[in-house]
Amino acid sequence: MASLGDLERSVMDLLWDSAEPLTANDLRDDLAALGTDAKELAVTTVLTVLARLEKKGLVERERTTRPHRYAASSSREDHTVGLLNDALGTAQDREAVLARFIGGISPDEAASLRAILDSVKSA
Amino acid sequence: MIGSMLVWGLDPLGDDLISALHGGWLLLTGDTSVPYPGIVHLFALSTALLFGFHLVLTLMRAAWRTSRQRAKHRQLLRLLSNPSQTSANTLVIDHDMPVAYCVPGISQSVTVLSRGLLTQLSAQEQQAVIAHERSHLDQRHDLLILAFTAWHEALPWLPTSRLGLDAVRQLIEMLADDKALEKANRQTLLKAIVTVATAATMDDRSSTPHASSAGLVGMPDGEVSSRRLKRLLSPQDPLSRPQRALVLLSTIMLMVCPTVLLIAPRLLDW
Repeated sequence: MASLGDLERSVMDLLWDSAEPLTANDLRDDLAALGTDAKELAVTTVLTVLARLEKKGLVERERTTRPHRYAASSSREDHTVGLLNDALGTAQDREAVLARFIGGISPDEAASLRAILDSVKSA
Repeated sequence: MIGSMLVWGLDPLGDDLISALHGGWLLLTGDTSVPYPGIVHLFALSTALLFGFHLVLTLMRAAWRTSRQRAKHRQLLRLLSNPSQTSANTLVIDHDMPVAYCVPGISQSVTVLSRGLLTQLSAQEQQAVIAHERSHLDQRHDLLILAFTAWHEALPWLPTSRLGLDAVRQLIEMLADDKALEKANRQTLLKAIVTVATAATMDDRSSTPHASSAGLVGMPDGEVSSRRLKRLLSPQDPLSRPQRALVLLSTIMLMVCPTVLLIAPRLLDW
């Protein structure tokens, strides 16, 4: 049986790829179709995963219908941009959280470095 | 700074650090045989203790905050990235901008690359980037940054805290560059840096050319201020063996000498 983290990932992928909101039953069937080990997956497990994702703000629930239908709160692309902003933001403490490849190099420096390399190449 | 206040505050309580600390303990436990040190010395002592606690607490708070932010970031990564086909402990994000960074952690350190990086950089340049990031993780540079960030946060008005943090930031990048140079040559690493850094610039300014950078293009040498880039552009010979030994020795002496001198009278008594 896949871990909760893997399930979250699969559920998000399904929701992102789906054009319309899905019910927990739809998701369970889709998951079962995806993998062999997901056959015994209970709807309650899917609901648990959805509740976790909703708490994290990744999933929105439509409460007007029965059963409730779920949709991704924003597209995969938007989330990727958000992730990159989180990683590349200029906040003071970013550098403590993660180490960037171009750490310590300002935009102006990048431009002048490019100029130097170009002049070396053309010479 | 803390040390000097501590030592001066303890001065009336004993002739050397050990007996003075002992005297201080007796004073706290209410032993009347210890002479009262006077309000000025007590003030210095309290200030030293206060700063000490302040530093430790800030460090703990910073450590807690960073690990929480990392966990959050890792959670998003889990949903949005795929494991790299070619290298271990590496995730790939589906985005065109060339990006490389690493998220350190005790058991789950991970290097993150973007699809843009994989398509825009040659295989050799990618190797250099990965070697650079991996050495950040292997040498636990994040702990150094954490300590110095916390120090700066605790005493933001102290110029040395700012200077120390900046110096450490530059130094760890240089260390990582050196590791990358074992895998790739200077030109390759520089090209990788410029590709990634320029893309980040374009994104910041939505691709309008920046006035000052346009001015710099005309200059043959450009203005590269950071030591990291200067070092890569015009490599200098490493220090000779005796020079290195001298630097190392002075560093050790700088830390050891004051402490030894403070407890020396007691050592001579034995």
